This record gives sequence, structure tokens and C-alpha cells, in this order.
Amino acid sequence: MIDALGNPQSLLLLGGTSDIALAIAHAYAGRANGLRVVVAARPGPRRDDAVQDLQRAGCVVRAVDLDARLPSSQTAAVDAAAAEGDIDVAVLAYGVLGDNEQAWHDVETGAELAEVNFVGPVTAGIVLADRIRRQGHGVVVALSSVAAERPRRSNFVYGSTKAGFDAFYTGLGEALREHGGHVLVVRPGFVHSKMTQGLKAAPLATTPDRVAAAVVAAVDARKEQVWVPPAMRLVMSTLRHLPRPVFRRLPL
Amino acid sequence: MTTPHDVTDALAAASAPRQRGLLARGLGRSYGDAAQNSGGLVLDMTAFKRVLNLDTVGAEVRVQAGADLDQLTRFLLPHGLWLPVVPGTRQVTVGGAIAADVHGKNHHVAGSFGSHVLEMDLMTADGQVHTLTPQGVDSELFWATVGGMGMTGVILHATVACSHVETAYVVVDTERARDIDDLLARLTTDDDTYHYSVAWFDALATGRALGRAVITRGRGATLDDLPPELAREPLAFGSRSASLTTPALPLGAVNRWTGRAFNELWYRKAPVERRAEVQAIGTFFQPLDAVGDWNRLYGPRGFCQYQFVVPFEAVETFRRAVEVIAGSGHPSCLNVLKRLGPSNPGMLSFPAPGWTLAVDLPVKPGLDRLFAQLDDLVLSAGGRVYLAKDSRLTAATLSSMYPRLQEFRAVRAKVDPAGIFVSDLARRTQL
Repeated sequence: MIDALGNPQSLLLLGGTSDIALAIAHAYAGRANGLRVVVAARPGPRRDDAVQDLQRAGCVVRAVDLDARLPSSQTAAVDAAAAEGDIDVAVLAYGVLGDNEQAWHDVETGAELAEVNFVGPVTAGIVLADRIRRQGHGVVVALSSVAAERPRRSNFVYGSTKAGFDAFYTGLGEALREHGGHVLVVRPGFVHSKMTQGLKAAPLATTPDRVAAAVVAAVDARKEQVWVPPAMRLVMSTLRHLPRPVFRRLPL
Repeated sequence: MTTPHDVTDALAAASAPRQRGLLARGLGRSYGDAAQNSGGLVLDMTAFKRVLNLDTVGAEVRVQAGADLDQLTRFLLPHGLWLPVVPGTRQVTVGGAIAADVHGKNHHVAGSFGSHVLEMDLMTADGQVHTLTPQGVDSELFWATVGGMGMTGVILHATVACSHVETAYVVVDTERARDIDDLLARLTTDDDTYHYSVAWFDALATGRALGRAVITRGRGATLDDLPPELAREPLAFGSRSASLTTPALPLGAVNRWTGRAFNELWYRKAPVERRAEVQAIGTFFQPLDAVGDWNRLYGPRGFCQYQFVVPFEAVETFRRAVEVIAGSGHPSCLNVLKRLGPSNPGMLSFPAPGWTLAVDLPVKPGLDRLFAQLDDLVLSAGGRVYLAKDSRLTAATLSSMYPRLQEFRAVRAKVDPAGIFVSDLARRTQL
């Protein structure tokens, strides 16, 4: 149960090796003693590191295998987390950025992006929703992106998968309302992380820790959407309303 | 629910696979998650509220468990009878009063509600109805149910011992205490000469004014105490329910500045000393019942109440706790302090001999750290936190605070092996 002060007793990290997911777990671990964390990710040294890292932060950690492209794997991960008690907060953090040029030229690359960023999260969302309906409570933190708000020439394949993701989780939040569930859709701008390593930082770039702090505050306030940094909301709102001939000339 | 048969139906539904248990709920005035069962079934007991029998000579009343204390106050007074224990609100059912083993301003001399229950009928998870008494063969189940937060079954009926009263009034002495030492000294000296006693203290004053307080103590008024205009109808219960209401506020009205102003005002408005004032029992016992939805004053994130008790010996810890609260910057307005008397055999019953203190704090960042600090102090002194008011204790802290938890769990395992009865509180703290 999440207590009256907003501290959960258990977390499920889908994509548990993501920098943002780990930062969120650390933010909660600092508030709740003996937080139960299930790290769902591909087996390997990165997952082992994540587990040890969270154990050092005082969490009771369990790792389960997750392959984003296998629906049965999403079900197994959620079931494994639920077997230990209620899932208070689930964080959907996995995703790939990919190379836009390759993704719109090559069928396999484009399809992989769509599967990992959209099909997988939809499957996970359905399984989580079933669990939350039965629990009568539960929070889903869905990591979308500002790229979901308007397709850009430079990353429209990624943007399109995140647009689908964003729409699905926004709608899921509405559907779960009457069942006591709550969904927070997070739209970060450029985040310095493993996913963006080697890329040139965009203006208003942020860090996983700042995203985590914004997520925890938004869950406390039961917000349904949050932009990180907050100024991103205004920037994207403006960009969304620009006429296409103008938008296309911007160096984005 | 309106008949015991409804409980049997609910039990059957809750026993099906993939269900999340069953919980009886009264008027839902617990401060935390004690009356919630997310994803599971909740039995609304409030329609099951008939008075079944009244023995005016023996001063006993037998009721259905959903009968509430407001209804019973109005029913009993014309007969010259009153409830043995009333908490700070009359919006409590008899079933809820037993499950939380509530206490009132007379705990130091009269004990808690469960100590006045002569008999109760409890339906356990197997659908059997057990008639329990404090000393009978099933006394173990009786004392697991008193203070058991609804985890042993559904209380159907109860027989409660009442007290005889001549009037619906209390004779009240009010005095101010200038600081915490003065307060504790005054309460230690002559508290037992009063039947009712409570102190409001300033939870924001620090330094020399730390713990300054207003003490109100009284006894039931006799006919001779009443002025002629009241003596015409000595048993008339004047208090209406919720005559004032609070609008829904977008932001809380309680913050550090309004809190400080309120505390200052409350202290100043009290007389330095006033003897033998006649007050109606509703005014004396449940002043907040006159304000509807007062909880809204705390804004959309609400508030947490923290009530603990520490033994009399731990007076230094108690003083330290008052210091920690006053110095925390978290504003509290409804701050109650009282001496508690002997405990009853209830396994999870809260009251124990010692000093108890309750504060209402609006939820804001850092409140969890303040509570954790208070938990440590309370634990170090062998004290405990009141479950009916809790919404954030962890399983580990709770089990250190309630040493008889294992005994309680053993009884629960016996009468409800499948764990049908459950609440969010029980899930959170692994009762």
C-alpha cells in the first residue's frame, strides 16, 4: 500500500536497468525503509549492477527476466512481482531511440522500434491494468517523451512509437480511474543517460535524477501528466501550434 | 447489510478464488485506512442499527453493531442513562468503537470502550456466530476482537454497560498551564478527582512557553448544579449535528502562520482559571461534531493524525516529543494531551497507563521524517501509536510497539485461517 504520506512499499521497474527507472527507485528508497523492488530486465551484468546498487540503497530487490518483444515475458514479470504482494508503483521505462534514418529505410529496424516502444508497453499495460483492477489501487508511471507531441523530420519513427505509447497510457489512466488506479504520463525532454550517450544535448536538457524528483512529486500530487523540465510544456505547446512550413525550417 | 444473513452471503462471495477479502465498516471516522479494503468487499454496517433491549435498572443496552453513539446518546439520556465511554466524535458505531477500543476523557478512571462490553456476538470466517464475554470460555477471542480492528470477524450485536446520569450537563473547571512542566504537574496532582479530563496544548510554542496548555476537567452535573432554566429539562440533549460546514478549499487553510495564530488565540481566549462552569455534554465532549467536513481545512492532500502513549516514567521522552513537534515547523492545531489509566486485556488495544498526545498535521514534504523521529522516541520509551489514527506505520515498527501481536495473530490464524478478513491497514502493517 502507498501510505498517507505517499511512500510506497513496493516498486516494479519494467526496464529496470534504465537510468531513469533506477533514479526513481533511489528517490523512493530514500523515503521508505525496506522498499521491495522487482527489477524486470534482460539478464546480464547491467541488471546485476542495478540489483546490487538498489540493495546498497536498502531495498529488498528481486530480478526477473524481461524481453520487451515477448508478450508472455511481460505477463511473467508482472505476475512475479504480484506474487510477493501488491504492486504499489509500476514504472514503464524501457525503450530504444534507434537511428531515425535507418529506421525509416529498413523494415526490420523500424518494426523493432515499434515493437519495443509501443507493442511491448501496450502488452505490459494490459497486464498491469488487470492487476491494478483486482488490487483496487496502484500507480503506473509511463515514461513517454516530448517527441510524442509532434513528429519531427529528425526522429519521427521514435516519435511515432512514443505518440502511440503516450495515447495508450493517457487513455489507460482514464480507464483505471474508477478502479482506484492512477497513471502518470511523463514527458521528459533530452535526458543525459545511457540512451542518449554520444548525442549532442538539446536545449533544456535534464538528468535522470531531476526526472525522478519530478515523478515522485507528481505521484504525490496525483498528477496525470508531467513535463521535465517544466518549461518543456510551454515549449512543446508552442511548437505544436506552429504552421508546418515554419516548423520544418526550425533546426530541430 | 441489514440482516446477519447478508454477512453470510458476503463471506461466501469473499471466499471465492481471486477475491481480496471482507471488512466490516461503520461510519468510517478512522483517520487512516482501517475501514478500507481496496479491491475487496466492504460491508456497510450502518443500516444495522436497532436498539434490541434496554434494561434501565441494570443500566445495560443491547444493540445491533451498526448503532452509533450519536443515536445512543439521544436514546439513552431521557432514561437517565449514558454511554460509559465517548470519544471525540459521536459519529462512531458500536462495532467500530469495539474494534478500535476507543477511549474518551474519562480513560484515567473508567478505561476504554471494550472494558464496558458485557457480551457480543461475532460472526467468524466460517459463518459461525460466537457469543463472547470478557471472562467466558471464548474470552481469548473477545479480547482479540476488542481493539482487533475488525480482523477477527463481524460484530453483530453487543451489550454495553451504561452509567446513570441525572443531567445532560457537565460541571467544568478550566485552567491554563504556562508550560509543559506546569501542565504535567497540574495533571499529576489532582487528575483522579475529576471524572473527565483533557488538555489542549500549544503545539507551536517553543522555548519557555513550550507545552503551554488549557486544561479542561469536569464531572457529570447533578440536578443541584443546574441553573433553574436548565433544570426544567435536565436530560435534554441540545447538540445538533453539524450546524456549520466547511467549503472545499483548493489549498489548505492550515499553515505555519495560521497555525501559530490559531494556537496563540486558543491559549489567550481561555480563562486563566474558571471553576464550575456548566456545559452541555455535546459541547464538552464533541466540539468538532458541530463543524461539518472540518477536515477540508487541511486542503486536498489532507492531514495525518499522530497519537501515541508513553509510560508515566518516560516523562523525559514525552517532553522531548513535544519539543520535536513544536520545533519541526509542521503546524498542528488540534493538539490533545491526556493521562491514560490502566489498560484492558485487549491484545491490540491502544490505551496503556501513561501520557498520551495527539496532533493533526497537514501532509507536506518532510512529515514522514518527523513521524519516523517520533516513532523512535515512542519505541525507546516502550510506547505505542494508536492504530485507529495511523496511516503510515510499517509492519516492523508496529510489531515492536504491540508486543502481543503474535498472540493476536495466533487467534486470527485459528478463527480465520484463510485470512478472509482484511483491511488496507492490515495489508500495510501485516497484522
